[in-house]
Amino acid sequence: MGMVMLLLLALLAFMIIGSLIAAESEDLLSAVVCVGAVGSGLAIIDLLLGAPDLAITQVVVEVLCVAILIRVVLTRRDETHETHKDTFAIATVLLVLGVLLVLGGWAMTTLHPFGQPLLASDAPGVAAQYLAGGVAEVGAVNYVMSVLLDYRAYDTLGEATVIFVSVIGSYAILRRTGRSHRAARSQEGES
Amino acid sequence: MTLTALPYLLALALMIIGLYVVVAKKNIIKIILGVAILDYAVNLFLLLLGYRDGGTAPIASPQQAASSDTLATFAAGSVDPVPQALVLTSIVIGLGCLALMVSLAIRLHEKFGTFDMTRIRELKG
Repeated sequence: MGMVMLLLLALLAFMIIGSLIAAESEDLLSAVVCVGAVGSGLAIIDLLLGAPDLAITQVVVEVLCVAILIRVVLTRRDETHETHKDTFAIATVLLVLGVLLVLGGWAMTTLHPFGQPLLASDAPGVAAQYLAGGVAEVGAVNYVMSVLLDYRAYDTLGEATVIFVSVIGSYAILRRTGRSHRAARSQEGES
Repeated sequence: MTLTALPYLLALALMIIGLYVVVAKKNIIKIILGVAILDYAVNLFLLLLGYRDGGTAPIASPQQAASSDTLATFAAGSVDPVPQALVLTSIVIGLGCLALMVSLAIRLHEKFGTFDMTRIRELKG
């Protein structure tokens, strides 16, 4: 078992413990901080697994997430955050999730083992072609960026559309006065 | 056999925790946090799938990019760049979704004065 594997398992355990505390914490603020810790753990795992671009993005996104959530939680105190009282419903949920865990775990063991990706197998797929011809075809030495901005540029366009829509949606939900209210008020002012 | 699948299993466990929070908790902020955990777990799983033992980041140095021979040895030791590129997209989309969910939660709290799902469901208007 290599150093990377040990560190990875330790960080994964950290993430799982952090998310369990976030799930069961009585205080919303500490739950938010725990989710922030989980995201930071993910950023370190990104660095460990050779994805510096992802680590940078994850840290920036994490800071923004935690800032947004703390802003919401700090000013709005709320005392109700325990689980549903209905024990039968909770037992059913736990049973279903347990079955999901067992079936999913069985499915995971049938995947190609960790550390030997499809890229290294007999049928390497599209990634090997990108790695072989990336510099010559695109001219970028960063393969993540050449996939993101050239080979899969339409995906990135779709992503930009999704972000644009979510920003517009947040603005529409959060603005103080709706368009119809503003029109009505300006009419009142004229009369 | 089991050890090689252990990181996948832990990522799956993280995903199940997120799903549990989404289904079983009744505080809207908790549910949003559950969606965030679910998001992290799925991104992590995709990243784990692309890792190669002792792999380097898929960024070639100028010396490696100089000739096709050095580039081939680099490509034989690099991790898979495709999951990384798609997860990069997914992380940012996760932030957009979280912002949208949080703004809905703010409006609900403004209207009903609570984050409790069951009480919001009982109230009218």
